[in-house]
Amino acid sequence: MELTTVWFLLVAVLFTGYFILEGFDFGVGMLLPVLGRDDRERRVLINTIGPVWDGNEVWLITAGGAMFAAFPEWYATLFSGFYLPLLLILLALIARGVAFEYRHKRPEASWKRRWDRAIFFGSLLPAILWGVAFANILRGVPLSADHEYVGGLLDLLNPYALLGGVTTLGLFLTHGAVFLALKTTGDIRERAGALAVKLGAGTAVVAVAFLAWTLSIRSSAAAVVLAVGAALALLGALAAARVRREGWAFTGTAVAIGLAVATLFAALFPNVLPSTLDAAGTLTASNAASTPYTLKIMTWVAVVFTPIVLAYQGWTYWVFRKRIGVANIPQH
Amino acid sequence: MHSWGFQVDALDVARWQFGVTTVYHFLFVPLTIGLSVLVAILQTMWHRTGNPRYLKLTKFYGKLFLINFAMGVVTGIVQEFQFGMNWSDYSRFVGDIFGAPLAIEALVAFFLESTFIGLWIFGWDRLPKRLHLAAIWAAAIGTNLSAYFILAANSFMQNPVGYRINPATGRAELTDFFAVLTNKVALITFPHTLSGAFLVAGSLIVAVGLWHLIRNRGSADTDAYRFASKFGSWVVLISSAMVLLTGDIQGKIMTEVQPMKMAAAEGLYTTESPASFSVLTVGSLDGSREVFALKIPYLLSFLGTGDPHGTVQGINDLQAKYAAQYGAGSYTPIIPVTYWSFRFMIALGLAAAAIALLVLWTQRKGRTPRSRWLLRAGLVMPLLPLLANSFGWIFTEMGRQPWIVFGEMLTRNGVSRSVSLTEVLTSFTAFTLIYATLAVVEFKLLVRYAKAGVPDVTPQPVADDTDDAERPLAFAY
Repeated sequence: MELTTVWFLLVAVLFTGYFILEGFDFGVGMLLPVLGRDDRERRVLINTIGPVWDGNEVWLITAGGAMFAAFPEWYATLFSGFYLPLLLILLALIARGVAFEYRHKRPEASWKRRWDRAIFFGSLLPAILWGVAFANILRGVPLSADHEYVGGLLDLLNPYALLGGVTTLGLFLTHGAVFLALKTTGDIRERAGALAVKLGAGTAVVAVAFLAWTLSIRSSAAAVVLAVGAALALLGALAAARVRREGWAFTGTAVAIGLAVATLFAALFPNVLPSTLDAAGTLTASNAASTPYTLKIMTWVAVVFTPIVLAYQGWTYWVFRKRIGVANIPQH
Repeated sequence: MHSWGFQVDALDVARWQFGVTTVYHFLFVPLTIGLSVLVAILQTMWHRTGNPRYLKLTKFYGKLFLINFAMGVVTGIVQEFQFGMNWSDYSRFVGDIFGAPLAIEALVAFFLESTFIGLWIFGWDRLPKRLHLAAIWAAAIGTNLSAYFILAANSFMQNPVGYRINPATGRAELTDFFAVLTNKVALITFPHTLSGAFLVAGSLIVAVGLWHLIRNRGSADTDAYRFASKFGSWVVLISSAMVLLTGDIQGKIMTEVQPMKMAAAEGLYTTESPASFSVLTVGSLDGSREVFALKIPYLLSFLGTGDPHGTVQGINDLQAKYAAQYGAGSYTPIIPVTYWSFRFMIALGLAAAAIALLVLWTQRKGRTPRSRWLLRAGLVMPLLPLLANSFGWIFTEMGRQPWIVFGEMLTRNGVSRSVSLTEVLTSFTAFTLIYATLAVVEFKLLVRYAKAGVPDVTPQPVADDTDDAERPLAFAY
């Protein structure tokens, strides 16, 4: 396999991992005002992701770094072209990250309420905007022959991309609800489980529509298989959630998100950012790539360190595998 | 349109945004780098001795560390995105080289740091003690390692090595990755930056410890605070010695690879051999000659070359040389900025070391300091090396101007062409506002938790019938 293909796959894997992992912690953040009826309940919700959200976010930093290193043209055009959506995502991630750490640092209700809002909007905005951004990558954007983005903000807000935003929103909400049902005890667990079923049913409709639209824009045999797999996984998750098989439901939403992201990348390949204007502007895995020497070095680093990272991050999830409930939260 | 007044373009705003967000990010980084290791050391001391005062200090400074850590993390993401958003032509030009250390930093260092910080925060009383101690060390190693990769990337901008320019594309291509990682600028900037970071972290430990020692006389935890103020002072003294030593070597390397930066640091307009060190120089308004100067003979030659009679090139000669080499244009940084930031960096760092000496002196042979002046000096102490770090970065980045990659790409050619003035103004305004707000919030929280003092660490009685699963979580959010 060519190194550019290897790195296309690796970037795809990193973003897939990012959406599976931070997907549920975005979901938890958005469900905070819905499922957390008082401060102790909200603390239960936040503490389910407490030990892991930061590590989850590093998947994004690694994906961005890998994109920069392996496909500098892709990174440069995409990040300068999707300027305002990325700015909003950054502001959201700042507010939300600080909020997790600071909300419990003072006792006043008004203080906590402010940070709860930061967690909610800080999770909601990226959950929608990542879908908008990735749908636009697949659909293609106006690029000049020298690969500069020549569209405006409104070019990014087309119906297909907006449906993409609703899809990631629904997927992350469902994923978050299923995760909470799996990680909590008592009343919260019950409510999260019931909510997961409702959210999942709505999301399945939206996601299937989005995947079908995606395949009508560009497609490949692999993309069709992955899209069907994503839809089946989501339906499986829904069925499991109905009978409160929480582990299976979570596996289902994780696989569904993974396969949905994989569908986008499979349909995109070998392009990385198609141009809707000048065909010469289209960025591909080969014309956007770094030199073979850089890719070779990066491949060695990835081969050595990725298994180590997966091992200790997986171990963290094992350490914090226990469910938590209101009883685990100190009174003050 | 020719300007007849104040006029900004996207390039100016992009530069201001980079300056503001980077200096801001680096207010939190030194504390994270230094405190991660110092808290790990305190916890190790507790582990070794079983003395509860070390546990108290670990938890106390650990909390301050975490308040600060969150800010470092979230402002760091902006840094990685910013290259692509505002500096896309720079990213295209250097991506083949510059992207690799960034990706490796994330994969090798940030995962380690973030995962083990999570384990450490939530692992109190849950993980076996040894493993919990290992978690803070792993996080500290990750943090310090991350500094290496980002400094290797920055050093390429100061002194590009291990690359060639592809004549077909006009882009820089990596030819020797090992050369990039062992760039002599990187090898010396790394220890210089780390010692600068420990200077800040040590100062914070002194400031808080000393405040409690003087204000809360007779507190049951006096010995913990006494220990903290001395421990921090020794950290400050050792790291300031390291800062001077590494800074000296760095100066010699800079004289060799970026002579203009050295000349700009000194406001040295004409080549001198031997060159004297300027304590204070006032230049003419157009910045081309000296009006007044107070100097120490031979010192600059010695600092720059190791030889008191060595030649140090002046700004005017270098400017003429670069104009001949790279074409007409200014190759001179803004001299007042480089000159003063260089001096502030040194003076502020030395001031912190002086206060640390005073703190140790006032506690000689078991004495307890009482002076209100010492208390005040202790309180401003962490700000001094923190600002020294900022000035150091302002110096090293502004001293490289007009280059973004020295000798290869001008800063003005690196900016994103597709980003409008409105967009970059929106972004600059948004970051400045959110950063300013968070700075106030963070500072107040730090003060609040610093004032609260060391926590009580006597084990909470747990009723016998409490199920393990129902125990309250320690250090929970």
